[in-house]
Amino acid sequence: MLLIHCPYCDKELPELEFAYAGEAHIARPVDPSALSDDEWRDFLFIRSNPRGTHFERWRHIHGCGRFFNAARDTVTDKFLTTYPAGEARPDISKLTGSKA
Amino acid sequence: MVEITRLPEEARFSFRVAAGGVAAASKAFGVDLPTTIGGMAANGSRRALCLGPDEWQLDAAASERDAVVAAFAGIYADTPHSLVEVTDREFTYQISGEQAEELLTVGVPRDMALVTVGSGTRTLFDTVPAILVREADNRFTLSVWRSFAPHAEELLHIANKEFAAGL
Ligand SMILES: [Zn+2]
Repeated sequence: MLLIHCPYCDKELPELEFAYAGEAHIARPVDPSALSDDEWRDFLFIRSNPRGTHFERWRHIHGCGRFFNAARDTVTDKFLTTYPAGEARPDISKLTGSKA
Repeated sequence: MVEITRLPEEARFSFRVAAGGVAAASKAFGVDLPTTIGGMAANGSRRALCLGPDEWQLDAAASERDAVVAAFAGIYADTPHSLVEVTDREFTYQISGEQAEELLTVGVPRDMALVTVGSGTRTLFDTVPAILVREADNRFTLSVWRSFAPHAEELLHIANKEFAAGL
């Protein structure tokens, strides 16, 4: 079982307590009616789906209840870091120790 | 063998308030609300358990229910908050005995060493959302919503029988 560090509880807790909630750092457009259909489609459905480091949202639903963000490697399934929602995306090169 | 008993219902509230309102809420409830997730504090029959950054479970004796509601109503104008009585929502089981911790590992995915004496947390008990509190080294309470209670209780008893049979 994966252990996930909840930045609010500050503990390594079992994956079972958490729910995955899609890619992180996707802001809803401020004025949707100003967007073209293609731009709106991109916002709704188009995700980066990378091979490697992925920034994603998780929710500690069976715990403190909070949403937070994580950087996870989609190849190894290893969590590089987790951080509270609202914080800026961390520097990948610092997380992986190599240039991204 | 572990003793499993359902505790009588008292008064239980789900309470939420922003960080700026914690001091006023503590004063209204008469217990300093702990701000570390998992932290617990008590004063007489009143007890506060911090479940999340802005969420607490408040317990009080049944006879104090109305007084608690009135005290919070008194601060509502200056300290907006949410206080919802959830007494009827769940059953609370006391699980005590030498193997109490081991019995709970049947359903709790969390490392039980993280649940220290005098702390509590929301977690799961075999897929059932539960609130687990460690009252003493070998004594816990497990609260589950009543619709899930038959499953949780049955599982506790099955595991207990296995322990008794030396499995
Ligand atoms: Zn948490």
